[in-house]
Amino acid sequence: MRIAVLMKQTFDTAAIISLDANGQIERQGVNLIINPYDEFAVEEALRLKEKHGGEVTVISAGAPETQDAMLQALAMGADKAILVTDDNMAGSDEYAAALVLSKVLGGLEFDLLLAGWRAVDDGSAQVAVRVAELLGLPQVNVVTSLTIEDAKAVATRDIEGGSEVVEVPLPALITAQKGLNEPRYPTMRGIMQAKKKPFQKLSLSELGLDAAQIAPKVKAISYFLPAPRAACKLVPGEAPEAARELCRILRETAKII
Amino acid sequence: MAKGIWIFAEHRDGKIKKVTLELLSAGRKLAKETGEEVSALLFGKGVSGLASTLAEYGADKVYLADDDMLAQYTTDAYSKALSDLIMEKEPSLLLIGCTVLGRDLAARVAQKVKTCLMSDCTGVELSGGQLVFVRPVYAGKAFVKAVCPELKPVMATVRPNVLIADEPRAGRGAEVVNVAVYLEKTDLRQVIKEVVMQISTRPELTEANIIVSGGRGMKGPENYKILEELADVLGAAVGASRAAVDSGWIPQSFQVGQTGKTVSPALYIACGISGSTMHLAGMSSSKCIVAINKDPEADIFKVADYGIVGDLFEVVPLLTEECKKLLAS
Ligand SMILES: Cc1cc2nc3c(=O)[nH]c(=O)nc-3n(C[C@H](O)[C@H](O)[C@H](O)COP(=O)(O)OP(=O)(O)OC[C@H]3O[C@@H](n4cnc5c(N)ncnc54)[C@H](O)[C@@H]3O)c2cc1C
Repeated sequence: MRIAVLMKQTFDTAAIISLDANGQIERQGVNLIINPYDEFAVEEALRLKEKHGGEVTVISAGAPETQDAMLQALAMGADKAILVTDDNMAGSDEYAAALVLSKVLGGLEFDLLLAGWRAVDDGSAQVAVRVAELLGLPQVNVVTSLTIEDAKAVATRDIEGGSEVVEVPLPALITAQKGLNEPRYPTMRGIMQAKKKPFQKLSLSELGLDAAQIAPKVKAISYFLPAPRAACKLVPGEAPEAARELCRILRETAKII
Repeated sequence: MAKGIWIFAEHRDGKIKKVTLELLSAGRKLAKETGEEVSALLFGKGVSGLASTLAEYGADKVYLADDDMLAQYTTDAYSKALSDLIMEKEPSLLLIGCTVLGRDLAARVAQKVKTCLMSDCTGVELSGGQLVFVRPVYAGKAFVKAVCPELKPVMATVRPNVLIADEPRAGRGAEVVNVAVYLEKTDLRQVIKEVVMQISTRPELTEANIIVSGGRGMKGPENYKILEELADVLGAAVGASRAAVDSGWIPQSFQVGQTGKTVSPALYIACGISGSTMHLAGMSSSKCIVAINKDPEADIFKVADYGIVGDLFEVVPLLTEECKKLLAS
């Protein structure tokens, strides 16, 4: 089975976010990682390969340093990496990212497309779905269990208040949610091997795209940090008094209960 | 000439979701400034009875697509029906609740009609004749204000509980327009094999007005009972930190945070939760946060409005008793 995995490099989830002098998100000094949901997708691809045989290709569009995240995926066991990197892509939106990724996928043969259900940086949860639409693939989003049989994917997805089992014909897009698996750590041997695996870097022009086609449609006006919350009011007293007082506050001051 | 504000009406078990009512109110406010009409999109099978609720909450028009193929939500059916309608009527704005269904549908439709989509917005405002969307990035550690000036419709998903639903106006009517659905069996590639709903009398986590949440400090699965008792007194939902979920004390679907659910209740009571940034990512937009933790240095007190430093096993049952008394009086 040929499996393609979309991945993105993001800020470490523990990173402290600040703004630079131009009011943009400060990128200096922030650790970069594989988007945690994409790690579930990579892991799932590896497990499916172990079960059904085949090949796993990880694909990303991003800054040159994205290669570090992709090397990690190769070290986990993916077979090939394709990174689209181009100065003209800076500031690109979901629309543009999806166009770029769909061009890469359009030139590949694959049976299954996996991705994380959202990226923890922009949280927009759109790119993979847009790619699926561009390529005409069915989708199952926010998946916590997946089996592949007879050219079909059967996936359990979270819905509000429960879950549902959905079947789609392959090729299809499946997006990963926590619970799908526990991603493995790369081994030392994996890390050594990763460096020798095929790693293709593409520019926009090599994909037949120009800067105008990927000009962002969404324009950020400004970034701001959340207003600091007022200092916590500790409710004094022993537990019985404190509980009574908290109850009173919630009713009379906060007017919630 | 602007062509209307559209709200996708989500419903479950014969009831319109709260977030839809919030969006209708937001739509009305925008309509007041733009002079546009507010339309609700009601899709399903046998759902025409819900149109009156949509009207009472502010819809001038209800586009009703009542069709066998829409009986159950599937991406293929709903995204095709919705994008066909958009291409025919060309609205200027489409708002969808940022729910599991809303997210799945919105991204697909946005690509079908080749427009932009602002995901998971916490605010929508009209500024200088432009629609400006506020949305969290980096899991709520920063926010961006963004516009989409060139494409129509502008689409956005809006987080439940961040906008306020106005009181309904009893007897307010809306024009109901039946929508033809052009779906073939071959359009539908998803087959729903099984739906498993957790039976609960408590509200759904992402919609709940109050959430009582427990972390590693709960020490074991059996202790969630004390949170459930408080939740039941308050009509609240129960939540959990990842530490509790990963320990197997409570299912994944209860997890709040970066890799769990994003919630914005009026009140979030965090019991035995330290307040890691990954947990805060899911609940920091709660209006009022209460922390019960025995460690006075715990980070949760940095975001909490009110806190009790103490043993949750002692404090929570007392709180339950006090609330019960107060609510009975
Ligand atoms: C990629 C990634 C994603 C993550 N996503 C999430 C997520 O979505 N949600 C999430 O919650 N975490 C997430 N985490 C995990 C997160 O980093 C923390 O490990 C987790 O939130 C800690 O949970 P906790 O606060 O319950 O446990 P702890 O940090 O162990 O805190 C337990 C707290 O309970 C208090 N306590 C103990 N006993 C009592 C008592 N008897 N009475 C009162 N207080 C008591 C302690 O003082 C302590 O403050 C993620 C981590 C990573 C790496």
